Amino acid sequence: MAKAINLSLRDALTHDENVLIFGEDVGALGGVFRITDGLQKEFGEERVFDTPLAESSIIGIAVGLALRGFRPVPEIQFDGFIYPAFEQIVSHVAKYRNRSGVSMPITIRVPFGGHIGAVEHHSESPEAYFAHTAGLKVVSPSTPADAYALLQAAIDDPDPVIFFEPKARYYLKEEIDTAARVPIGKARVAQEGSGVTVIAYGPTVSIALQAAKTAAAEEISLEVIDLRSLSPLDMDTVMASVRKTHRAVVVHEAPVFCGFGAEVAARISHDGFDLLEAPVARIGGLNVPYPPARYEKLYLPDVDRILQAADAALAYG
Amino acid sequence: MADVVRVVAADDPLRALFSPAGELTAEGRSRLGLDAAALRELYRNMVLIRRADQEALNLQRQGELGLWGQFLGQEAIHVGAMTALRTTDWVFPSYREFGMAMIRGVDPADMLTMFRGLSHGPWDPRKYHFAPLAIPVATQVPHAVGFALGCRLKHSDEVVLSTFGDGATSEGDWHEAMNFAGVFKAPVVFLCQNNGWAISVPLSKQTAGSIADRARGYGFPGIRIDGNDVLGVYAAVTAAADRARQGEGPYLIEAATYRMGAHTSSDDPTRYRTESELEAWNVKDPIARYRAWLEQQGIIDEGTVAAITDAAESAAQAMRARLTAMPTPPPGEAIFGRVYSNPPESFLREREEFESSLEDS
Repeated sequence: MAKAINLSLRDALTHDENVLIFGEDVGALGGVFRITDGLQKEFGEERVFDTPLAESSIIGIAVGLALRGFRPVPEIQFDGFIYPAFEQIVSHVAKYRNRSGVSMPITIRVPFGGHIGAVEHHSESPEAYFAHTAGLKVVSPSTPADAYALLQAAIDDPDPVIFFEPKARYYLKEEIDTAARVPIGKARVAQEGSGVTVIAYGPTVSIALQAAKTAAAEEISLEVIDLRSLSPLDMDTVMASVRKTHRAVVVHEAPVFCGFGAEVAARISHDGFDLLEAPVARIGGLNVPYPPARYEKLYLPDVDRILQAADAALAYG
Repeated sequence: MADVVRVVAADDPLRALFSPAGELTAEGRSRLGLDAAALRELYRNMVLIRRADQEALNLQRQGELGLWGQFLGQEAIHVGAMTALRTTDWVFPSYREFGMAMIRGVDPADMLTMFRGLSHGPWDPRKYHFAPLAIPVATQVPHAVGFALGCRLKHSDEVVLSTFGDGATSEGDWHEAMNFAGVFKAPVVFLCQNNGWAISVPLSKQTAGSIADRARGYGFPGIRIDGNDVLGVYAAVTAAADRARQGEGPYLIEAATYRMGAHTSSDDPTRYRTESELEAWNVKDPIARYRAWLEQQGIIDEGTVAAITDAAESAAQAMRARLTAMPTPPPGEAIFGRVYSNPPESFLREREEFESSLEDS
């Protein structure tokens, strides 16, 4: 996936001279995850550049550059470092068009999520804060192919997009078709099934797929939906699945309390009240600060917790 | 360390124009290059924006505006700075720059719709090269720096003016933006309207040091000038903008002035400041002072002064008439219309539902 994102950035830089990439350590180093590896060398220091270490202004200058006609693609180095930029994102990136009529074609890349055994502030899932804000689009790919295509769609989009990269999935490998298009706001059925719908995005999709595999051995059929886009949210694809299974489990790494799953669960419960055979279950992180690395496996959703929720949904009533 | 200081001093064309106290010197005044008509125009614009400012306050008191933040006493900065720029130069204001926007040609009645609860930003920034008013303090300063960096990357000779108040210099975004500007050598002029007060907090409780001197720490020069002298402000912004245009990077101008009015119409300054302070600044009123100088120089006479006063009165009445006659735009468009360039289907559905709920009621 890391290479797919790198290629997507390279292609965007090639196709549109107004695309700029900047952030902390994205230049000579190629980013702490090497996502921007080689880009400064290829496209020069005016298009791929290191900034001073200050997240608020990394996003703040993106607003000014967008006004000047550029398509900025700033990187926030880690999920837990996005908070200094929160005001610029929420008060300006999201609202500038509403205030001025000028579009903000900004794509903010953020490596997010856990499973990497890191120190504090390096494993967070802040997506719900941004999905809650009108004016932003929020996406998260789960495969290299989607990472390539969704990033192309994000950079092409005239509106601001927060692009959450599941850093624990950077190592995933697959052949990708660079001509394939993935529109923002369109979920996909990652695994067809009939018993329970498991809704995931970003890093939890592969866990949901493993759960589906394990369940299949026990003759339980899970349908896995990869949302790909949190805002806008593709409820049509979700409801098409729930109409088939009558049961749903939402999975993410962020804490369950006020997490994005609450929105999905509420929408399914409202739109599909008569369809449901069981309450919509939410699987996610505990309502605690992200734990020290030795404990993260206990905090994060895993195959067993998904299977338990699916079993409970099937056994309900 | 000493080397840095020396480089900054050598690279500062403003020092030669101002006394150590920040007053424009006779030498500086002789180099302004403004003819009598241009000098009268500075006066006319100050009178025009002061009268509009007063009318906006009247409108607020009469219930036509929800809020008004006067810039009374700061007219020399508004007019001096805007006159020094080219119309292709961009301005990134905070929220008290009504006069600056007027001078750029933004319709003042349109602007007041922000304070009438009709709009969050009624003009197209690209048409006037004037960014929307920024309400969260100092958050517009990084935008100015990003825009200026963009000008450099496009190899254009535009310059950016970034304005903010003394309170803004306490914000993290202000520091970050100054630092970015220094590193990027961005063509931006930072103009601090130091009006002494951030709502009720005086400068002495805002910062323990000098605002202008901080520029040196970011690798570019700064100067504190008399912000109630329109010619001084004009000279300073002209020189700083020329320097930026030539690729010499940012400059910080701290223009010392005073907020003669309240923070906004919701504020009561009698709770935190004294009448004597106000009186002391009243003597330095930028318009009266400039008029006296123009009269002394024989550039303006009583007839011209009266004609300008009348023109400002008519303009203020026209602004009022246009504002109060303005229709309320339909809610669907006003609330949903500009959020997205490429609106999601779900968003359009919500708008439809909202609009049909209005038809039903």
